[in-house]
Amino acid sequence: MSFPWAKHYEPKSGFMKYVDSRLPIPRLVYNSLGAGYPVPKNLNYFYNFGVLAGVALVIQIITGIVLAMHYAANAKIAFDSVEHIMRDVNGGWMMRYMHATGASFFFIAVYIHIFRGLYYGSYKPPREVLWLLGLVIFLLMMATAFMGYVLVWGQMSFWGATVITGLFSALPLVGETIQTWLLGGFAPDNATLNRFFSLHYLLPFVTLGVVILHVWALHIPGSNNPTGIDVKSEADTVPFHPYYTAKDFFGLGVYLTIFAAVVFFWPNALGEVDNYIPANPLSTPAHIVPEWYFWPFYAILRAFTVDFLFIPAKLWGVIAMFAAILLLFFLPWLDTSPVRSNNYRPMAKIAFWVFFADIILLAICGGKPAEEPWVRLSQLASVYYFAHFLIILPILSRIERPLPLPNSISEAVLKRQTNVGAPASQQLPGAGIAEMPATGRAQPAE
Amino acid sequence: MVKLIAAAIGAIFCAALLWGAVQPRDAVVPDLVKKYYQHAEPAGFSFDNPIVGKFDRAQLQRGFQVYKEVCSGCHSLNRVAFRTLTDIGFSAAEVKAIAKQYDIPSLDAAGEPTTRKGLPSDNFYGPYANDDAARAANNNALPPDLSLIGKSREGGANYVHALLIGYKETPPKDWTTPDGLYFNVHFHSLNIAMPPPLNPDQVTYVDGTKATVDQMAKDVAAFLMWTAEPKLEERRRTGVGAVIFLIILTGLAYLSYARVWQSVKAKKTQV
Ligand code: HEC
Repeated sequence: MSFPWAKHYEPKSGFMKYVDSRLPIPRLVYNSLGAGYPVPKNLNYFYNFGVLAGVALVIQIITGIVLAMHYAANAKIAFDSVEHIMRDVNGGWMMRYMHATGASFFFIAVYIHIFRGLYYGSYKPPREVLWLLGLVIFLLMMATAFMGYVLVWGQMSFWGATVITGLFSALPLVGETIQTWLLGGFAPDNATLNRFFSLHYLLPFVTLGVVILHVWALHIPGSNNPTGIDVKSEADTVPFHPYYTAKDFFGLGVYLTIFAAVVFFWPNALGEVDNYIPANPLSTPAHIVPEWYFWPFYAILRAFTVDFLFIPAKLWGVIAMFAAILLLFFLPWLDTSPVRSNNYRPMAKIAFWVFFADIILLAICGGKPAEEPWVRLSQLASVYYFAHFLIILPILSRIERPLPLPNSISEAVLKRQTNVGAPASQQLPGAGIAEMPATGRAQPAE
Repeated sequence: MVKLIAAAIGAIFCAALLWGAVQPRDAVVPDLVKKYYQHAEPAGFSFDNPIVGKFDRAQLQRGFQVYKEVCSGCHSLNRVAFRTLTDIGFSAAEVKAIAKQYDIPSLDAAGEPTTRKGLPSDNFYGPYANDDAARAANNNALPPDLSLIGKSREGGANYVHALLIGYKETPPKDWTTPDGLYFNVHFHSLNIAMPPPLNPDQVTYVDGTKATVDQMAKDVAAFLMWTAEPKLEERRRTGVGAVIFLIILTGLAYLSYARVWQSVKAKKTQV
């Protein structure tokens, strides 16, 4: 793929020529992260988070491999082995705090990355497969993080595992059997811990594989950009290297600085104190809460409090929680507005920010005990969550009149520079529709 | 078609949620625990500052003395090795002497259970052989191992301090504390099975500090923060270095970023 003006790799030294003609890895790197990959020149800092998420994954894998050298996946001694890492292994505390905090930071980076994609319409054609692969990564991350949290074998590990696997028991007929099969017993125990460790070690590498597919799929159409319009000419792009390598390196510096501050100064701020108590099947903690990155979905799970249409409340919650994630897979076919960026979609932009506030509200509710007013708030917030994706966006994409789009990325950049703060355009609304990006797809007449 | 199905599914979820939202809620029973429970006040420790705070060695040693003379009667400290006491200022000889005061279970040459004197490489042991023995001696309540108490309760060292001074002779009129339990406003259920462990001048500090209940509570809380996070100082020291390094690196990265983009930004304004 790539644009016609992309530079071609020319090996400079004899050695590179030798390597390139036998195994063209230098060429691959050049075309994907080097000067051979033209990227829109107007990307803002939100576009740094893809690379940051990738770095977060690598940090998790490296620290995780070291931790696994000292960890013992056995229900009798797992907790002790974690404390052994904290107290006796040289630098063990650093590895563990980096790994635990790193999981949170991985989610922060990925959530910002996802919201970036939602705002600028990066899931729309021709990037649907890119979006779907991203969601697969998100699912893998959630599974991996959940199982990793269980490995500590503290109180929250144990009871979190009990609650989450207990969700499956809500399924009619087969539920209990599935739960027993997942746990390898009737309650979390040694069998559970061992399989979770096995999978926790496996899934990050599966994730890495999907990340490679994700990046591959990105390189076919190239990056989206804040205007959402397609690249038209060489004037719209700059080569990835040195322009975005330099920018990503700066972004990485900021990210790592904040990361280090949390790891070294507030390492337990994002965790639950109960997980420093060894797992005890006979004593249930007062409030069982998952890690913060699951709170919005936990809130949706608990928002269903009454049986409805002969389906028990618990089953509704489970279905809704999974649906809340799975519906994202259908987003490219739900929001069919051909304008990608919300900068040019006045109504969708409002809906986006309402949705953003809604997620924050859900997260807050998910971290609270199941009491009023949190239950009712989470019910209303869940209503908006589903309405946003399943009702509002599909309707908006039919009735909304987008603002006129700029003719090209360069033009948009120029305009922003010459009259900062002026309205996006003085033309008649809708006039820009004619210059819509050639997505190869007209508005579907559904 | 996709949109119609989606709208139908969305409508069903919303209906189920709204139906739940309009249901009347049970009347809220006034919760006395919530009424009387008090969060721990900050006690003011030398290690409070998350970046530069350090342990006070003299305080840790006093805290160790309180643990040894008072708390160790009921609470174990199983995750702490004697050898690590050198970190709080004891000499190798002192550590050896401390370890020697403990009897560690072992087997003799014939394989019969016996005990031997503790070594610096051993962990604290006792006071009970197992949880059942501990419960039997404490009215069926289990005194938790204190090694991690500084991190396993909301509030950390402030909580331990507050708990130890949070006993009230007489509970409020509408609250009953059963026999064998003690009213404590900082305990999650207000009735704790631990009798007030500290009385004025219960220990005689070698450094001459006056052993008020508050002083002893603060000292032992600091000590238990150290047992929970023995690498706290090393962590913060490493952190200061790492963050300074990263700030400089980020500054340089910014300069090179600005330099690289200079030409693009300039061209944009020229056109
Ligand atoms: C007479 C035995 C005894 C002594 C001495 C004693 N404790 Fe306790 N402690 C207990 C018991 C029993 C519990 C369990 C209380 C419960 O679960 O209701 C407990 C619980 C605790 C808890 C946990 C409270 C919680 O949040 O669950 C802490 C902290 C604690 N003790 C600290 C200390 C300290 C510090 C000392 C020394 C100054 C000390 N204890 C001395 C018997 C004792």
